[in-house]
Amino acid sequence: MLHKFVLPLLLAALLSPAFAKEAVPAAADPAAEARLMTLASELRCLVCQNQTIADSNADLAVDLRNEIREKIESGMSDAEIKDFMVARYGDFVLYRPPLKNTTLFLWVGPFLLLAVGGGILYFTLRQRRQRAAEPELSRDEQALAESLLQTDQTKETT
Amino acid sequence: MKARFLIPLAIFIAMLVFLGVGLKLDPREVPSPLIGKPAPAFSLQTLDTPPRALSSAEMRGQVWLLNVWASWCSGCREEHPVLVELSKTRAVPIYGLDYKDQPDDARRLLNGLGNPYVASVSDLDGRTGIEFGVYGVPETFVIDKAGIIRHKQTGPITPEIWRDTILPLVKKLNAA
Repeated sequence: MLHKFVLPLLLAALLSPAFAKEAVPAAADPAAEARLMTLASELRCLVCQNQTIADSNADLAVDLRNEIREKIESGMSDAEIKDFMVARYGDFVLYRPPLKNTTLFLWVGPFLLLAVGGGILYFTLRQRRQRAAEPELSRDEQALAESLLQTDQTKETT
Repeated sequence: MKARFLIPLAIFIAMLVFLGVGLKLDPREVPSPLIGKPAPAFSLQTLDTPPRALSSAEMRGQVWLLNVWASWCSGCREEHPVLVELSKTRAVPIYGLDYKDQPDDARRLLNGLGNPYVASVSDLDGRTGIEFGVYGVPETFVIDKAGIIRHKQTGPITPEIWRDTILPLVKKLNAA
């Protein structure tokens, strides 16, 4: 069961960067090219916003891949290249935006929602359990109810 | 007890508000980090015949618009007549950055539809475009006397955008 579903997914995940690589002309240095693809897959293509620069074949994405390739060749670090992109296109270009005041809700929001949901679930369940544990009628009430029922029955049968 | 039934309604209304606001937002309009920063320097060949080199340093001391355009871009054709009208008012000099275009195609367009630009420079490989963070033509930058980018318009300038946003800003920057 697990293998049936998880294995193909894992394979697909492993293969997809390889497919993306095919769209790029082979560079002389495969290590630099691998670095380019890891970098480019963390950067958003602004023309087709739901694709990375690695996946997209938009003109701008091709230009930016070339730009990154040259920057790698000139010896810039990954962080420097990312800074170059952010300085021109803003944080939006990063698929993993940095933790800032403006992005705090983006990072913390899901956990906050999870905590709120979990809290609601916990209290609802506790309330329900308490209600189930409560004896529905006290002994006196039970006796009263039974006597009432019996009188009712005797009334009806007569 | 009655208030309980209002909870789903409240959630529904809150979602409606969020979705409504979301509809009004344009995800293509990415705020430029270059606003308030010096415009990237460039020195490129103009589209004039014969071409001459134009450097961004020449625009120092005046408020100017940099309009990124191309003959292959349909939004630019839509915007072109507006720019031609604006250039007649002489409110602000418009310079063009002809982005990843064939200079011959660009010249043909300007000859046919009118030339709103004081000068248009040719960005053949799109490098200058990348420096300006261009991701979709047309884009227009308002640049002040000190060479600082004050505003970026992504997408065609309409007469409304000109009247409500760009012209007041140009006036303010000219007065400064």
